[in-house]
Amino acid sequence: MALNLGCTAKPGNARDNKTGSWRVFKPEFIREKCTQCGMCTIVCPEGCISPDEDEFPVPDYDYCKGCGLCAEECPSEAIEMKKEEK
Amino acid sequence: MEGSHAVARAVTMCRPQVIAAYPITPQTHIVEALAEIVANCELDADYITVESEFSALSACLGASAAGSRVYSATTSQGLALMFEVCFNVAGMRQPVVMSIVNRALGAPLSIWNDHQDSISLRDSGWMQFYAEDNQEATDLHYIAYKVAEDHRVLLPSFVCFDGFILSHTYEPVDMLNQEQADSYLPPFKPYHRLDADDPISFGLFASPDYYQEFRYENDQALRSAQDVVASCGREFGEMFGRDYSGLVEAYRLDDADTAIVAMGSLCGTVKDAIDELRDAGKKVGLLKIRSFRPFPAEEIKSALSGVSRVAVLDKNISLGSKGAACLEIRDALYGSQIPVLGYVLALGGRDVRKKDIAAIVDNAEKGRGDIFYGLREELLK
Amino acid sequence: MTDKPCNLFDVGHRACGGCAAALAAKLILEAAGKNTIVVSATGCMEVFSTPYPETAWGVPWIHSLFENNSAVASGVVASLKKQGRTEKVIALGGDGATVDIGMLCISGAFERGTDFTYICYDNEAYMNTGIQRSGATPYDASTTTSPAGKCSFGNPRPKKDLPAILAAHGAPYVATASVAYPADFKKKVEKAVNIPGPCYIQVHAPCCTGWGFEGEKTIAIGKLAIETGLWVNYEMENGEVTRVKKVRRKPVEDYLTEQKRFRHLFRPKKNDGEIAKIQQIADRNAEKYGTDIVLKK
Repeated sequence: MALNLGCTAKPGNARDNKTGSWRVFKPEFIREKCTQCGMCTIVCPEGCISPDEDEFPVPDYDYCKGCGLCAEECPSEAIEMKKEEK
Repeated sequence: MEGSHAVARAVTMCRPQVIAAYPITPQTHIVEALAEIVANCELDADYITVESEFSALSACLGASAAGSRVYSATTSQGLALMFEVCFNVAGMRQPVVMSIVNRALGAPLSIWNDHQDSISLRDSGWMQFYAEDNQEATDLHYIAYKVAEDHRVLLPSFVCFDGFILSHTYEPVDMLNQEQADSYLPPFKPYHRLDADDPISFGLFASPDYYQEFRYENDQALRSAQDVVASCGREFGEMFGRDYSGLVEAYRLDDADTAIVAMGSLCGTVKDAIDELRDAGKKVGLLKIRSFRPFPAEEIKSALSGVSRVAVLDKNISLGSKGAACLEIRDALYGSQIPVLGYVLALGGRDVRKKDIAAIVDNAEKGRGDIFYGLREELLK
Repeated sequence: MTDKPCNLFDVGHRACGGCAAALAAKLILEAAGKNTIVVSATGCMEVFSTPYPETAWGVPWIHSLFENNSAVASGVVASLKKQGRTEKVIALGGDGATVDIGMLCISGAFERGTDFTYICYDNEAYMNTGIQRSGATPYDASTTTSPAGKCSFGNPRPKKDLPAILAAHGAPYVATASVAYPADFKKKVEKAVNIPGPCYIQVHAPCCTGWGFEGEKTIAIGKLAIETGLWVNYEMENGEVTRVKKVRRKPVEDYLTEQKRFRHLFRPKKNDGEIAKIQQIADRNAEKYGTDIVLKK
């Protein structure tokens, strides 16, 4: 495969790197407690939390590194970090 | 016309859209002239008065990546300060063209001419063309842009000409008019550019899985640039009568016993000396290297195949080793029995006269080479 | 090369979990939008986002060297101007690239009035090379080149005040921000990119790896920096401080005890003298910027 001239790249290729495999603790989102305030989406350094069709936040576990920032900052304590069984 | 002003005029006709330069002797007359040209709206360019040479070339890199034809000029310490950016521009395959008004490198401080500055960037991936006179210095700028921007090449280029000896000398120069320049050099078509409508990331980092391949591709691009240099040089000759198809140029070399190899303004002196030596019955010729990068090893090998010895004049020295051209010529002639003798001379502006060339030929005939030529007597006692 | 769907700062980057710099990049592009060209300095953000052939950047992005992003940005701005294009240009660099090695280029670009926004993500040390001291490392922080030891309390100097230096260049807009206050940060980015001329934002970006805390605490630590007065969020317009984030101040200890880089101030025994000096820094900040909330009687 020829290289991209000058060491360039088109957007989208970072997605090939599934950082979800780094995860030790997994955030579990508890709908009953969620107020849809959006804080988890805002503070996620991955940008991998987005609202579903009912406006509830859903993480993309392919990329979630399990840092726990969303759980820490959630004002309603609606996210719990659980040790992931692999 | 002064050399610097002729170059500034030629650059103007190449229509760079962004110019970034920092003043340094003996480059100043070029950037002053360009500033005046831009100030008088004779060239529609953004002229960035940067705070260092390092930023000058960095700004050129950014402007080139954003899709503009760019220009800078520097010399000596300024080029040394650009070292890091030079490698970067070549690796990022940006067709920047920069005049190098050749000057020695400190210490000791010297504002005078030799080739140590550009030669020290030998391994950076830039093309390097050396001009013998101001006509060639101006013409090479058009050619450099055309070659650099060719999508088969996409490499930056130095146009080197000797500080003071050419830059501050008045010579008649046949200038192209704008129409001629435009017909030779079309507007810049970037291979790719920074563009919000078609985003690309430039300058990623390469792991050991890829780095070597990028260097290989860089090397291949520089090697294959030879053909493009030749064809662009030929096209220039066909259009304007001055042919630059050869990456080297021979002078009275056909039946020569001793071939002198030189670069830059020194070639003029060598040609005059050769005429006198020929009159005295000595068969001496010159092989002028116009393109040091890409280096036309095969062309050189065939041009020198018939001579008995080669005397290479280097206005530079890889300390602890030899002059750069000497090493290259030896490599090109590897396997032949032709002795290659190196002469380091004219460092820091030391004048070279016809009698010096005669003395070097004399040395070469006696097999005495690989020396600094013309050292002060007291040093040798 | 294929076009794939992607966020402006995309998933799949290799930043540490809880990385404030990654969060900053995401917030910057949410605020600036897709009509933006980013010029990155060498550093954590550059490395974790662009290992060939992967890039996390959905906007046009260029990296050249460690210290030249302002100069490269100058060239990009000049080129866009000549082409009549409208993209906004943002230069991004860590604190090492910005307050130390890039000073020459950033000073030149600001003095020339370059129409761009420079954003420094300030994680207070050279993190990409392994937590070495920079000119933005705070007083007494232990780093790998300013380690605390028997005759050292860590970094012996306070942070260089680059916002003031750039305001002195005549920058129309200079602001500090923190990833701990994302909405405020985004508002400042949006403001900066829309103000003509050179604008500067220094965003406090707590680094879990370099400072020694858990990644989930990134925002909490950022808030504590502000609540103790060791980081002040303010805006300067044409050289005058126009807005300051007011706080009910907490003692600096609340911030220091949360981070390994200040652990030597508490173990083996508490160093009241050094902690008092740090408290003085916070007190001076509070006085200088008027951050303290004063209750009306």
